[in-house]
Amino acid sequence: MSDLEHLTLRIWRQAGPDDEGRFETHVVDQVSDEASFLEMLDQLNERLISQGKEAVVFDHDCREGICGTCSLMINGRAHGPKRATTTCQLHMRSFRSGDTIVVEPWRAAAFPVVRDLMVDRSAFDRIVEAGGFITAPTGGAPDANLIPVPKPVADAAMDAAACIGCGACVAACPNGAANLFTGAKISHLNVLPQGQAERHRRAEAMVETMDEHFGSCTNHGECSSSCPKEIPLDVIALMHRDYRAAKITNRRSLSRR
Amino acid sequence: MRLDAKVPQGPLAEKWEAYKGSAKLVNPNNKRKFKVIVVGTGLAGASAAATLAELGYQVDAFTFHDTPRRAHSIAAQGGINAAKNYRGDGDSVHRLFMDTIKGGDFRSREANVHRLAEVSVRLIDQMVAQGVPFAREYGGLLENRSFGGAQVSRTFYARGQTGQQLLLGAYQQLARQIGLGGVRLFTRTELVDVVVVDGRCAGIVVRDLLTGVVSSHAAHAVVLATGGYGNVFFLSTNAMNCNVTAAWRAHRRGALFANPCYTQIHPTCIPQSDESQSKLTLMSESLRNDGRMWVPRDPDDARAPGDIPEDGRDYYLERLYPSYGNLAPRDISSRAAKRLVDKGHGVGPLKNGVYLDFSDAIGRLGRGVVRERYGNLFDMYERIAGENPYDAPMRIYPATHYTMGGLWVDYELGTTIPGLYAAGEANFSDHGANRLGASALMQGLADGYFVLPATISNGLAPLLNQKLPDVDHPAFAAAEREARERFGRYLSTKGTRSPDWFHRELGRIIWDYCGMERSREGLEKALGELPALYEEFRRDLRVTGTGEHVNQTLEKAGRVDDFFQLGMLMCRDALAREESCGAHFRVEHQTPDGEAQRNDADFCNVSAWEWKGEPMASALHAEDLAFESVALATRSYK
Repeated sequence: MSDLEHLTLRIWRQAGPDDEGRFETHVVDQVSDEASFLEMLDQLNERLISQGKEAVVFDHDCREGICGTCSLMINGRAHGPKRATTTCQLHMRSFRSGDTIVVEPWRAAAFPVVRDLMVDRSAFDRIVEAGGFITAPTGGAPDANLIPVPKPVADAAMDAAACIGCGACVAACPNGAANLFTGAKISHLNVLPQGQAERHRRAEAMVETMDEHFGSCTNHGECSSSCPKEIPLDVIALMHRDYRAAKITNRRSLSRR
Repeated sequence: MRLDAKVPQGPLAEKWEAYKGSAKLVNPNNKRKFKVIVVGTGLAGASAAATLAELGYQVDAFTFHDTPRRAHSIAAQGGINAAKNYRGDGDSVHRLFMDTIKGGDFRSREANVHRLAEVSVRLIDQMVAQGVPFAREYGGLLENRSFGGAQVSRTFYARGQTGQQLLLGAYQQLARQIGLGGVRLFTRTELVDVVVVDGRCAGIVVRDLLTGVVSSHAAHAVVLATGGYGNVFFLSTNAMNCNVTAAWRAHRRGALFANPCYTQIHPTCIPQSDESQSKLTLMSESLRNDGRMWVPRDPDDARAPGDIPEDGRDYYLERLYPSYGNLAPRDISSRAAKRLVDKGHGVGPLKNGVYLDFSDAIGRLGRGVVRERYGNLFDMYERIAGENPYDAPMRIYPATHYTMGGLWVDYELGTTIPGLYAAGEANFSDHGANRLGASALMQGLADGYFVLPATISNGLAPLLNQKLPDVDHPAFAAAEREARERFGRYLSTKGTRSPDWFHRELGRIIWDYCGMERSREGLEKALGELPALYEEFRRDLRVTGTGEHVNQTLEKAGRVDDFFQLGMLMCRDALAREESCGAHFRVEHQTPDGEAQRNDADFCNVSAWEWKGEPMASALHAEDLAFESVALATRSYK
């Protein structure tokens, strides 16, 4: 175990959604390289409190990379420099003593800053509420082994379902698009036999809700490369295919517009 | 006080059907006249809120997270038990019931446990219908694996992310109801008090974490599905924001708190690496299916693990418990590891771990199969510990993980405050003194999907068309005022120590004296130190900022306040229970070979504590446990 003797942090501070915001510079010394990035911020906050100053606000919870609460642009990269790693799982051994680290909130029109590094990601919930489910009232389900699901299909569904809803894809996207998030949820449910009944309605409702809140995809692929769960880009292709099919299949809803 | 568990009459296996057959129902057109509040959106809360809304009740759901999907159920890795017997290996509802009773060391309520085993079967059906991508065989049928404390393979799983997938399933059902208008969702909103009028729960008082505004919400029934209190230890596998506040505030208003000393220490977590550590990370118990636990026979053996020959290794679980081996239950595995580390056999730079070794499994199955089963866990280990577990054994050590204790509930999951229910980890009911692996997800979902919808209707039916207290009742105003004053006090104390500092100190005392092994001497010491530290907390706390914007330091202060009070109760409970059972191990009560020694003559009961105005003044009541279908036996996994 060794220490990082000296780090300079340039941290975004913003009092609320309407405040302009600014960078604040702080120096932290003697950080263990076994510490996680968030534990380093804990250390900074403890010092700020002892100086009578307000702690830096940031979202975090499980600290094991699964709840999707933590965020942060670290040196301009969503969740920092390590591939397939959330901020809470990033350790200080990825940095060197003397480094200057720039820490910002997710920046996207659909994710307004609440305070400091905390943003509002509730637009994601609106997309799921629009159709990101299988209608299966409690009590009426048939035996679980009644519908076999081929292993490759179950695996493909699981690959897409691994999304933690952190929003890194939106933050990394130059357009602030949510196609990877939405595509992952649609793919999870639309490849499974249980999801077929609502397949087209789901794709249509979710894509249209997504478009109300988020920017448009222009195939940069930044979303997938910044995704801590490595959701592949092809979920977006599947989403587009099902959306198009929905528009053609569902002529009644087409004629209403 | 006499505690009535309201267990239905009749043979054990018919009680639940009999209950459902005679429970009062609410006509579909009348359901919308009832408002139900659900606090917490983990497995128990999300499934309860979704199901109640689907039935037609008006539901208000509250979470302190930014979205329901963040609840800590999401972090459960290993799996969910169900008595499907898809393997044909001798499983049955009765066997799951027996395993759970035995795993809990005969300190749980028979009727509740049997109901849990019964409904487990339908849970899997429900979750598959919702699109949970459980692991599958090549033929398309569901895959299973075995788990600690069982000799059958009854655990369903979705890679190492079972909790995530089940929670997303429940969250999606909840989201559907939100979209349909059946549920109103309040995010970033924390319960700060429970309101009782004329002996009945009338609603809750909450604090908006974004604005600090304190407000009241009235309902015909309130469900607390707010999780466990493992964070009283400061370091635990719980998420940073898990807290006891909702259960504790209900306790202070009259809900009895049961078995607070039953806290589970999970045997396989990544050991602490330094002083600044904020939490511990669990490595799924499923790893013990293929990993072997060992320590060097010679405490001074400084060789790399791969260089230590077979005869230099002590595979201690296989040695001590040959029939269960590496799958011995959690409490037993944890204590075995602690004893070896205490004797100096620990491994790693701080000598604070034991090895969990996969080299045999990799040799037998190949890397590909091991990666398939545990890949994401291995990756997570490497990210945190900086070592590759395919090449060197993992280092692990026990850590606080789950709390079996919680709000006392009867068979209907009702607390001692009529109209107030507790579900999931927040109640005490099903796991006795020790929970088996893969049973927490089962219980949370059973409570939410199948138990509460039946029992709440039975409770609400008699209230039809009765005028209930509204938020303009003075009791709501009084509770709001108290909450505002309490949060104002944290801000105005202007001492020198942060809430985190106090939390760390509190956790150190609880871990040292009320952790894996407890003694009269240690507990008395803790009960001497805790009130003094709590007094210091009230005098010397420093919270910066104001109460009118997001203030995580202020949130933390409220939670640490409640942890202090709970911590004192835990130590008192551990002191009062003069026996060892399950996860509660008193050094004074052990067999000659170091196993837990129960005292069935005096302690075959549930301790249920009543708040008396001060943390150290609580009064103890007992619910006697009657075992009609099971003979009390000494637990043996040898």
